[in-house]
Amino acid sequence: MHQFLVFVRKEFYHIFRDKRTLLILFGMPVVQIILFGFAITNEIREAKIAVLDQSHDYYSRRLTDKLVASGYLITDQYLQSNNQVETAFKAGEIKMVVVIPAKFGEDFFHQKKVTVQLLADAGDPNTATTLLNYATAIISSYQQELELQNNLPLTINTTVRMRYNPALKSVFLFVPGVMTLILLLVSAMMTSITITREKELGTMEILLVSPLPPAMIIIGKVMPYILLAFVNAVIILSMGVGIFGMPIKGSILLLLLECVLFVLTSLSLGILISTVTNTQQTAMMASMMGLLMPTVLLSGFIFPVESMPEPLQVLSNVMPAKWFIIILKDIMLKGAGLRDIWLQTGILAGMTLFFLGISIRNFKIRLN
Amino acid sequence: MANPIIVNGIYKNFGATQALQDISFEVKEAELFGLIGPDGAGKSTLFRILTTLLLADKGNATVNGLDVVKQYKAIRKIAGYMPGRFSLYQDLTVEENLHFFATIFNTTITANYDLIKDIYEQIAPFKKRLAGQLSGGMKQKLALCCALVHKPVVLFLDEPTTGVDPVSRKEFWEMLKGLKGKGIPVLVSTPYMDEAVLCDRVALIQKGALLEIDTPQNIIHRFPQRIWAVRAENMFALLLAIRAFPQTASCYAFGEYLHVTLKAGEADLASLQAYLQQQEHTEMKILPITASIEDCFMALSA
Repeated sequence: MHQFLVFVRKEFYHIFRDKRTLLILFGMPVVQIILFGFAITNEIREAKIAVLDQSHDYYSRRLTDKLVASGYLITDQYLQSNNQVETAFKAGEIKMVVVIPAKFGEDFFHQKKVTVQLLADAGDPNTATTLLNYATAIISSYQQELELQNNLPLTINTTVRMRYNPALKSVFLFVPGVMTLILLLVSAMMTSITITREKELGTMEILLVSPLPPAMIIIGKVMPYILLAFVNAVIILSMGVGIFGMPIKGSILLLLLECVLFVLTSLSLGILISTVTNTQQTAMMASMMGLLMPTVLLSGFIFPVESMPEPLQVLSNVMPAKWFIIILKDIMLKGAGLRDIWLQTGILAGMTLFFLGISIRNFKIRLN
Repeated sequence: MANPIIVNGIYKNFGATQALQDISFEVKEAELFGLIGPDGAGKSTLFRILTTLLLADKGNATVNGLDVVKQYKAIRKIAGYMPGRFSLYQDLTVEENLHFFATIFNTTITANYDLIKDIYEQIAPFKKRLAGQLSGGMKQKLALCCALVHKPVVLFLDEPTTGVDPVSRKEFWEMLKGLKGKGIPVLVSTPYMDEAVLCDRVALIQKGALLEIDTPQNIIHRFPQRIWAVRAENMFALLLAIRAFPQTASCYAFGEYLHVTLKAGEADLASLQAYLQQQEHTEMKILPITASIEDCFMALSA
């Protein structure tokens, strides 16, 4: 036991005396979560639109106000004629033009029908579609408001409620993804690097020619990273909650325990990588290419698993990250308990044991 | 009791390269045994086989009576090993390194302090310094301390003096002599031929094969020919001239002299002198010398 503690202490010396390791361990997660959280978003805020109001009556002005009041759109300019529409788009600032026909209010009440034209810049189709959806929603709610005042014909209204994420905030999608990614990278990359470093510097040679059992070498090297990765998990969680307003509806204890489990899964992956690589460079590349890319692409972090072709959907099941993202979302957003996520938890635990098993089989008690 | 190190017919290949072929020797109790040969001769490979880090293709070896393959765990408890490359933690201080290696061998610095005292006292003034910032000689002394701290039964030192300044090399060999006094058998390798005479016995190794095993004195005595050291102002012209001389048996450059042997020995000396005097060599000197291990090595590997 004393041997083990001294080994772990040695490992802490390595970490705290190496500025680069420290920076990667604690700097990278903070920077990444801020970058991902703020930069990668598919929400649209304050998109500039132009209004061509040919009616200039009370109702058309109310409609314009409603559009702006949403916060998603701001009226950048008021156009005077159809000719100006093209020029406005070409200037590039305007994403959508709302054309309100002449006699808007009059037609609405007397002919019971009026057409509002929405012109969107579909150079960026995603933005265009989103803007049109926003605008259509706002216009139809305005319509209902007017109908209620006049008790006009019976209509069916749908009431939509977005559960668990009522404001449809994309951070709720990204923060669990980023947390997962960072925990995976930090844990797997750092362990694979720290073990291969001993091989590269030749110190593994001395450790092997010592009475230390291989398991103690590995556990001793990995132990500090379990602690540090857990600290990281807590930092990331508190940033998610503090900066991005993620809720934690479920039990914090369960959440932390699941974090520990995922850290262990990632560490075991790191150990596995270290048993098949001999230099820090290859270990780093293997972690980056072998873990980062597939995780980003296949875990459902950015691209929904449901919309992938079937073979990729099957493949996504072997990504530990996929299961942890589900666990995180379920606990944080839905307040799920262990009963709801036992399957995912079991899968992660199974993967951890599997990776450890292979690593033990692969660990070389001699040099190549 | 059997000898502490017994090597018996070891072969090792790396792909097509034959790293070791039919290596056999024994190291006796309290013996300082040198493995002498140039880089790439297979010295480190042999060390790794004996320290249980590599498996030989053929042959067997025992360390303190333990088989290097079957009883590798037991050997790892009793052997002291200093690899050829500096293999301590550069970002740990002298003291931390020593403490760490003492602990992983289940002992303490104080328990075996008498063994490392003489060596450790030389580096003790720098005990708070990071190992990576030590000079080459200091690093090797620290590495030796770390290899000795658990009071090994057998000590393996792979090129401990490579990259070390001449003064430190001398000090290092004195330390090894001191260890011999404590009864620990030492297998040490070196590419420096001049260090061979400091060993009790040596094995000369070249391209994976042993050339000779004996005491350095015997090897030198057995050197069959008279040998002369020759020098002149233009050494290169002299080398070409002597090699062109029909009675020359061998001529190699050794520092500032050429070492020359002649086919008929003493009888040819006069004709060599006459031959060289015809040519315009300035400040020429010819001195009879006794052969060094390096001369023997060159003669054996030729």
